[in-house]
Order: sequence, then structure tokens, then C-alpha cells
Amino acid sequence: MAVRKPPVTTREYWAPGHAACAGCGCATALRLATKAFSEAMEEKYGDPNAFAIAQATGCMEVVSAVFPYTAWKAPWVHVAFENAAAVASGVEAAWKKLGRKGKILAIGGDGGTADIGMQALSGMLERWHNVVYLMYDNEAYMNTGIQRSSSTPYGAWTTTSPPGKLSIGEDKPKKWVALIAAAHQIPYVATASIGNPFDFVKKMKKAAKVDGPAFVQVQCTCPTGWKSPLEKGVEIARLAIETGVWPLFEIENGDFHNIKIQSPGGGAKVKREGGRVVAIEFKKPIEEYLKLQGRFKHLFKQPEAIDVMREQIKAMWKVLGVDVTLPKPEE
Amino acid sequence: MPMRKVMKANEAAAWAAKLAKPKVIAAFPITPSTLVPEKISEFVADGELDAEFIKVESEHSAISACVGASAAGVRTFTATASQGLALMHEILFIAAGMRLPIVIAVGNRALSAPINIWNDWQDTISERDTGWLQFYAENNQEALDLILIAFKVAEDERVLLPAMVGFDAFILTHTVEPVEIPDQELVDEFLGEYEPKHAYLDPTRPITQGTLAFPAHYMEARYTVWQANENARKVIDEVFEEFEKRFGRKYQKIEEYRTDDAEIIFVTMGSLAGTLKEYIDHLREKGIKAGAAKLTVYRPFPIEEVRELAKKAKVLALLEKNVTFSVGGALFQDFSRALINESEKPKIVDFILGLGGRDVTFKDLDEALAIAQKALNGEEFNEVNWIGLRKELL
Repeated sequence: MAVRKPPVTTREYWAPGHAACAGCGCATALRLATKAFSEAMEEKYGDPNAFAIAQATGCMEVVSAVFPYTAWKAPWVHVAFENAAAVASGVEAAWKKLGRKGKILAIGGDGGTADIGMQALSGMLERWHNVVYLMYDNEAYMNTGIQRSSSTPYGAWTTTSPPGKLSIGEDKPKKWVALIAAAHQIPYVATASIGNPFDFVKKMKKAAKVDGPAFVQVQCTCPTGWKSPLEKGVEIARLAIETGVWPLFEIENGDFHNIKIQSPGGGAKVKREGGRVVAIEFKKPIEEYLKLQGRFKHLFKQPEAIDVMREQIKAMWKVLGVDVTLPKPEE
Repeated sequence: MPMRKVMKANEAAAWAAKLAKPKVIAAFPITPSTLVPEKISEFVADGELDAEFIKVESEHSAISACVGASAAGVRTFTATASQGLALMHEILFIAAGMRLPIVIAVGNRALSAPINIWNDWQDTISERDTGWLQFYAENNQEALDLILIAFKVAEDERVLLPAMVGFDAFILTHTVEPVEIPDQELVDEFLGEYEPKHAYLDPTRPITQGTLAFPAHYMEARYTVWQANENARKVIDEVFEEFEKRFGRKYQKIEEYRTDDAEIIFVTMGSLAGTLKEYIDHLREKGIKAGAAKLTVYRPFPIEEVRELAKKAKVLALLEKNVTFSVGGALFQDFSRALINESEKPKIVDFILGLGGRDVTFKDLDEALAIAQKALNGEEFNEVNWIGLRKELL
């Protein structure tokens, strides 16, 4: 009987025994990311282990390296919250001098990347280090107890963006770090999601194989911070794609005129011109994504806030060069 | 044959880095240390130094990249000063806690506000509790030598701590002096190839560095940094001795000058020691029994040597280019700690002077002497004295 090759290697670098919450979407992201990285290293250098990880302080850091234990089966270093990219720069430089073949993977959450780590990230990308920076985006400071970050989406409840008499929750649109990264004209930038693991693995492999810096922003769910059912992480992430909330795209060499948009699925109608996606008619309303998460619960009492969100999502897609139609739920 | 060249301390520091052959250097320009990375980038550009030179976007990233490189198992170096060192502050603790033997050359400069690019020691003194070893150079030769010594001590298996070498802004960083550049072969023999003992990022033997420690383990980790500092006392003596054997220049944690029959011993660090020695000669000519002592090593604080020094004098007059607000200078606290339980001890008078690059003249030292003499004569004296203040501006 023919044995089917598994879609991604069975090797593990993010080992069982870490202390992440049940249903943690980011743990899934890191496990897939390191598997993909390993495959890329095997294909590129003939050595599946030819990588080291520099990680920013954050929930995935503290849950994976509680002395005297470690969840990491790859060489791994953590220094501080804002400097994973700078630490990775140093590791990469050292490897170069040691003649060690391979690539460095830097990992940071949305806080350590979009906010406090932004400067170090920009420096690392601009200096063209041979590093893949993976931003796992769970859309708030989950390590310190769910405070808003600049990557928190509009309308979301966090402990520092609470809805109240004068507030609908977070009142600023999400910062799109992938676009900022792409502005460095680096070889490869992508967004990904645990809602489409095959696409994520493919992109991580591509990122790991380019020569020079690459940036991948993966949305991953956080049942604690999103107040969502433990078992629904992947479903919620997929709904983010299918409703237009989370776009999947690739930008190579900073070419904003040639952004590769992945089809969202979920029945959306994709219109192309010359192979390029120019319009998407989404079939599922964003409410389907929002309603599974307690962090957006209050919005259903203020439907006009959801309309504001729709407008912001359209504006974001416009930056990507795509006209989108976002349906309202049927009455 | 060793080469003699006339150079600034910044160049001497760059030469020291070249001789030490670090594999990774990460630096950001800051006055007065800018020439260090400039000179190093020339060495790298000319192929005279085979290193990766990372031109980072900030000092925070400079030290972060050094930590990354050192954690990956290579010798690393950087240079900075003042606000740049302050920007590194957070990561300095981490470098020591992770036991990474990084060496920083620091052009000692005042801290803002007001912004001031000139010399005092507030920058390195403010980092005295980070776990780093601290050396202070009196002249450009010492700047070069102490950097080599710092690498050797830092990388010793009994120590494995990062080290900083301070040399005074402009007084040394921008002043040319003849400096002997040791032979590369001799330096190679002295330092050897850096072999990481515990810090490496090698896929064939993956390890996890920089973990989280719960209360059950944190104190022990901090204690190992304490212990490493304690171990450094002996290692520094050994390295000083070896350095003297190989290169002929003698270093001591505390260097004394005309202290044998001194009643008042002035104590200082860095370039002020040069001025002070001349001042002592001047006092001796006048028949005043004064001596000088210079701390070459400030961390680990040379407690035993301070106790020995204290036995020689009735008054210790500390000349400090730093302030610990509401207490005095940092040396004042350290000397007090070293002597508090001694049965016989001299009076300690503290002088804060030369902040932000203000010249320290014989007139200033006369002012300090007068107060020290009050202490000597059993008269009332202020424990903490600001010397050379322009009262008309207050």
C-alpha cells in the first residue's frame, strides 16, 4: 500500500511540553513555521537543522523556555522584548564568520514587532541580514494580559481599550506591519494565517529560501485574549480570511504594483485582470468572524461600529489594489 | 617589534579591537566615541580586520546584536558613550546575566540634561550595578592595554562576564599621545582563540539561552553573576601579571603614587590621575604629606586593596566625576562600605568635580586640599563637597 507523504515534515522543533494555553493558535503557528523552516533548510542546504531562532519576549517565549525546561529542539536565544531582529542580526553575522550554513529565524509577537520592536526590525531589514522575521499576530499584548497593541483591530475589546459609555473599544485601525516591511524592498513579504496552514507552510518555506531578509506576518488566534472557544481557533482564523478581515498576500522585492493576493475562499468571487486580483466580492459577512469572539461582542449592540469596520477593511484592501464588496448579514 | 604611533584614545581602542580579532562588531556613532567604529570600519574595509561590522540603527541594537553574536559563540566588541550607553542599559543586565564576555569601549561622557558631550563618568558609573566589569584608563596606552586585558578577563571560564573600559571624553578620546601597539603574535598568544564555554547556537547541539526563571531559580542565577564578579578579583590579578610579563607594562587594581608616608591620599580614576600625580609632586615640594591612588578597576570593587590603602592615610580624599544624588559620589559609597567595619579607618571626604568636562585645575585641587586638611586636623568638614562651582550662576 502506498504511504502518502505527510504535507509537512514530521520533525518537531517546537516540542510538546510547552506551557501555552489550551487552544493557543500561536503555538500552532510556531510549530508549523519551524517545520516549514526545516524543510526549506533541507532543500536549500541539505541539512534540516541548519537554523537558529532569536525570539522576542512575549507569550510564546515565556511558555516555551521556563528554566530548567525548554520546548525548543533548535538552537534558540531570547534577549528582550524589542530586539529580536537586532539579536538575529548578531547571530547571523556570527554564523557568517563561523562559516555556518543556514538561516536565522527571528520571532516576535505583534507587540514586540509592530510597537516596541519596530525600529530594530526596520534596521535588520534595511541592513539586509539573512533572517526571516516571523511576526505572530494575536492582535494584543497577550503576555501581559490582553492590552491593546497597534496591531489590535478596530472595535476590539482589550483591557486598555475597554468599551464604555464613550468608547467602542479599540478606536484605531490596525497597523499593517507587512506593508511597512515591504517598504524596505526586501526579497519577500507575506501575510499568512493558521486558518490556511498549507499556504502558511508554503510561504514560510519561500521566505526561508530567499537570500536576504524576509518577513511573514501570521494571524493566530488567542482564545484567552479573543474570548473565543478553545476548539475554534482554526475556524475563526479561516473566517477572518473568508470574510475579508485578514488578507493573504505576498509582496516580492517591494513591488507594490505586483502584490500577489491569495483567493479567500468561502464562496468569494475573485475578479482578475491580467492575472492580478482587482476585486473580490465576499459572500460571508464579517459578522460571522466577529460573533465567535467575545472581544467583539459589544459591537453587536452598536451595528454602526461594525459598518465603520467594514469601511476600514475596504480601505485596507484598496491599499492592496483590490476593490472589495463586503456583505451585511441578511436581516 | 611593537610599533609606536601617535594616536587618540579612540584610535587606540580601535587598534585594541583589531588586535583582539573579534568576529562581530556592532556599533552606532556617538560623540566622543565615533572614531572607534569609524576606524574599525576602515580596518574592515582594508581587510586588516576579518570581522562582520554591523552598522546598527541604535546603541540598543548595537548591544543586542553583540548579545546575539556572543550567544552564537564569537568574540564581540562595541564602543559607545553617555546616552548611547544609557540606551544599552536594559541589555547590559542581560549580557551579564547570560554570562556573555562582550567588551565595550566607552568614551566617558556626561549625561543629559543639559546635553553635554564632555567628560565625566556618570555614564559608566550609572551602569555599575549591571554585573559588568569596569576598567578606567588614565591615558591612551591604558585604553589599548585595558581593552585587551578586559577580553582576557571576561573570557576566563571563572568569570564569563562582559566588561567595559572607560577613557575620558576628549581628554583622552581626542588627544594624541604616543601609544605602543603590541605585536599581533604576542596578542594572539595572550588572548588565544575565543572558545565559547556555554554560549553557542549550534544546530548539532541545540541549546536554549535566555530563559524565563521563576522565583525558584532567579536568585541562584543572579548569585552566579555575583560569584563571577568575586572570581574576577583573582583573575584580574593573574591577567595583570601575565600582561606585564608579555608586554612589560604593569597594571594594578589600585595604583599608588607617593603614598608611603602620606597623611592625605587623594583617590581618583581615569585621566585625572595624571593631573593628580603632578599635583602631589607640587604638594610634596611644599612639604605637604599627600599621596595619590588611582583605581584602574572599579568593578569588581577592589575592597581588599582599598583596606590596604586606607591603612596608609589619615584622610582619604575622593575626587569623583559623578554624582549619586543625596549620597555623594559613587566612590564615597564604595569606600565607606569597604571600611565600615575596620577598627581603624581614615576619615573619608568626598569631592564632586569636573562634571560635564569642566577642567580640574590645581586651584580646584587646592580647594579640596583645604577641606581635607580640616578633616586631618580634627576640624569640622563637609563629607560631600562640590568643587569649582560657579556660585554666581546658582
